[in-house]
Amino acid sequence: MCSSNISGRINSIQSLGTLDGPGIRFVVFMQGCNLRCGYCHNPDTWNLQEGSVTTPEELIDKVIRFKSYFGKDGGVTVSGGEPLLQAKFVTEFFKLCHKEGINTCLDTSGSILNSDAKELLNHTDRVLLDIKFTNDNDYKTYTGCSLNTPLLFLEELNCLNIPVTIRQVIVPTLNDSNENILKLKDIVKKYNCIDKIELLPFKKICKVKYDSLGMDFPFDKYETPDSDCFSNLNKILNI
Amino acid sequence: MEHKNWTGFKGGKWQDEINVRDFIQTNYKEYKGDHTFLSEATPRTKDLMKKVQNLFTLERQYGGVLDIDTTTVSSLNSYAPGYIDKANELIVGLQTNRPLKRGVNPFGGIRMARQACEAYGYKLSDKIEDEFQYRTTHNDGVFRAYTDEMRLARKCHVITGLPDAYGRGRIIGDYRRVALYGIDKLIEEKKKDKAKLAKSNFNTEQVRLDEELFQQINFLGFLKQMASMYGFDISQPAQNTKEAIQWTYFAYLAAIKEQNGAAMSLGRVATFFDIYIERDIKNGILTEETAQELIDDFVIKLRLARHLRTPEYNELFGGDPMWITEAVGGMGEDGRTLVTKSSFRILNTLYTLGSSPEPNLTVLWSTSLPDGFKKYCAKVSCDTDSIQYENDDLMRPIYGDDYAIACCVSAMKVGKQMQFFGARCNLAKLLLIALNGGYDATSNIHIGPQMPVMNEDKLDYESIMERFKIYIEWLANLYVNTMNVIHYMHDKYAYEKTQMALHDTYVDRFMAFGIAGLSVVADSLSAIKFADVKPIANEEGFIVDFETIGNFPKYGNDDDRVDLIAKDMTHLMITELRKTPTYRDAIHTLSVLTITSNVMYGKNTGATPDGRKNAEPFAPGANPMHNREENGALASLNSVAKISYDDCRDGISNTFSITPEALGRSEDDRHSNLVGILDGYFTKMAHHINVNVLNRETLMKAYEDPDAYPNLTIRVSGYAVNFNKLSKEQQKEVISRTFHEAM
Repeated sequence: MCSSNISGRINSIQSLGTLDGPGIRFVVFMQGCNLRCGYCHNPDTWNLQEGSVTTPEELIDKVIRFKSYFGKDGGVTVSGGEPLLQAKFVTEFFKLCHKEGINTCLDTSGSILNSDAKELLNHTDRVLLDIKFTNDNDYKTYTGCSLNTPLLFLEELNCLNIPVTIRQVIVPTLNDSNENILKLKDIVKKYNCIDKIELLPFKKICKVKYDSLGMDFPFDKYETPDSDCFSNLNKILNI
Repeated sequence: MEHKNWTGFKGGKWQDEINVRDFIQTNYKEYKGDHTFLSEATPRTKDLMKKVQNLFTLERQYGGVLDIDTTTVSSLNSYAPGYIDKANELIVGLQTNRPLKRGVNPFGGIRMARQACEAYGYKLSDKIEDEFQYRTTHNDGVFRAYTDEMRLARKCHVITGLPDAYGRGRIIGDYRRVALYGIDKLIEEKKKDKAKLAKSNFNTEQVRLDEELFQQINFLGFLKQMASMYGFDISQPAQNTKEAIQWTYFAYLAAIKEQNGAAMSLGRVATFFDIYIERDIKNGILTEETAQELIDDFVIKLRLARHLRTPEYNELFGGDPMWITEAVGGMGEDGRTLVTKSSFRILNTLYTLGSSPEPNLTVLWSTSLPDGFKKYCAKVSCDTDSIQYENDDLMRPIYGDDYAIACCVSAMKVGKQMQFFGARCNLAKLLLIALNGGYDATSNIHIGPQMPVMNEDKLDYESIMERFKIYIEWLANLYVNTMNVIHYMHDKYAYEKTQMALHDTYVDRFMAFGIAGLSVVADSLSAIKFADVKPIANEEGFIVDFETIGNFPKYGNDDDRVDLIAKDMTHLMITELRKTPTYRDAIHTLSVLTITSNVMYGKNTGATPDGRKNAEPFAPGANPMHNREENGALASLNSVAKISYDDCRDGISNTFSITPEALGRSEDDRHSNLVGILDGYFTKMAHHINVNVLNRETLMKAYEDPDAYPNLTIRVSGYAVNFNKLSKEQQKEVISRTFHEAM
């Protein structure tokens, strides 16, 4: 195999991922992020200059050891950080995955859509796309980009006909209203590529990470959704 | 041969010879569906189980032992029949005349029996004391023959847990034979074998076998008597399901009345029973509900089985497990699955009767198992944490398709192979002894080859490996010889007459050695190889601690640099063991299994170069050390999967705890992901896994408030325990283990 001479910076790997894409997934957390979402679980991934340097070949060598667990649904998920910041690296890595018959999944905010990102999508089997809020104001306040940005990305995914899972983290008082869920449904209904919407309960277990980095957790003041309320939102979603 | 009780069965070789496997293969019916056909517990079962639960509560309140009969030596017919509730029991038979009353079995050693009685406020009767004054027990015999060095090795705990004061166990009688053939036929066959033997030249082996056959025939007679005390004539084959289960249970009951072996496993009965159930359902004698009821009643009896042990023993193993292991599922050599509806029914007892550590339900996993069964197993694991999994695709080519599991992970062909159980040696302690040139700093004992202490500024990997090999060679030889003494004496003074009567006359024997502390040794050697390890000596110049500077690869991260050290260690160990011949030409095998004794092994072992502190627990079995896994659950599984079953034919135990959240969002996702994990792990030719799906918080609550969680069951190394029966120390250790979590 000829080397692509590309290297990337990764934060960490998780050999058993069951929450980021279908089936059992080997999850790669990329280093670097262009957004600063208030509830971010991985503040240690923000800085693009940190993490460990690896090549797509080194990474695939690790992944191959887990092929027997993937079954018919599982595979690899690249998350982050924002993997689109290192789209060239991820592209090479996904190409190698496909050579091995391994399913590829991209977990992204959809906030970058340049030619590298577009090329990456040619090698992506599924996208987990965040629609973090349903109004532009909240989007800008709590993430740093506008609602239009992921929608543009979604437009592209729809053209390419790539299966998409939409995800939204539910934060009490910010987006836990029934109206918000209805609005989310309304926003995404025209995209045929979407086959699943997942609501994720806001959690605070990442606070220890902020503490250890000597940083404030911006969403410390919010509570986790109570389970009845959360399942009610799921009901509304699935009507 | 024909028999009226066999009407409706397909004939075959099994009619002309003792061949349960052939009977199963000719007659069983595969089941490839899901679990929705299963019945719930009937009101009768619920009532009976309530009585049993009350007895369990009472037993707990009495400090773990409800009652002891101190005047009777346990044997097949030494007690009057016992019942829980005679009118409402479908399957009968208790070890003594009352449920949970323990018998005394001094054949392994009178001291142990005496101490056990005293610990619970009883006194062994003068009658038994007098009787055993003139009797040699297994324990007496062993200590007559132990050499000074064997005693020292035992004393400093470099070899521990040896079955030299109690029954060795790990022998599985083919209890099904009694149901299929009836006692008379079994006696007749043994008599034929004895007559044939009479024609050969008599030397040690033949004389011994001849006496053993006499004993076997004798005890088959006792077994028949025992059944007749309960009002059953078991001389002929069972004629329906109820009888088949009852006959099989009587045979098992006889075994546990006769022997107080450490692990008294059941074998592989579910699919055998299924043939009778199918016949009875077809004939309108049984319904799904009444079939489940019979299985339930059988399992209730198994849950009541007890042996009298000392509190020290119970502390070591977390309660008083009997390892009543039942192997469930698996595939046949012809490619058909051995999963039947009764494989589901026996797992269903964890719902009909509630979760429980016993019987030790062990699923023989194959990637080819039907999906419905795989999913059901995963569901049972998620709901009850009560089952373990072993790789049928790995074992079937070696043991065929009628093997079972003794204890936790020891495979053997039912009725054709047996093992000499050998506990384990402490490999981490041995490494420290090697570094100290033949001195154990924990016990202040000089043992093994005497050499200079390796008190260097920085430990050198090559020279340490060279040194370690010398000590492994020494210990392996001592270990085999010690085992030879033990099993010679066990055969002589505490031979398993009932169980061996339910074996072929000519059996294969394994001698099962074990190692503890594999991950500690692997990480320690990795530290020496990849980081800087400086030994710290005490005033006398012996190494008692280490300063380790720098990073090193740790076992449990799918990193070959250290994983292969662990693999090579097991290979080295078995290779050395094989150099010393065994008693009765047993085949040397090796296990990486500690049960809960990893806590005790750690307690007796000084600080190690991997950074483990003095007296800190080891990881159980072949597990990586707690919280050293950095790449998630599957990387940890991959590390363990590298240990070769060819080197460790007595099993490689791995205990895996994961939170429900980390396994998936919905129940359905969790079940299918667990199936995926098991398929993936076993495809890598891993041997065994215990699965716990629970939160650390649940355990912490149970630690604080045990009464609120009376039935919390968790899998530990190779078996399951009631969490409350673990010592506080063991509970803490279990809580501190790695829980794979979702971030």
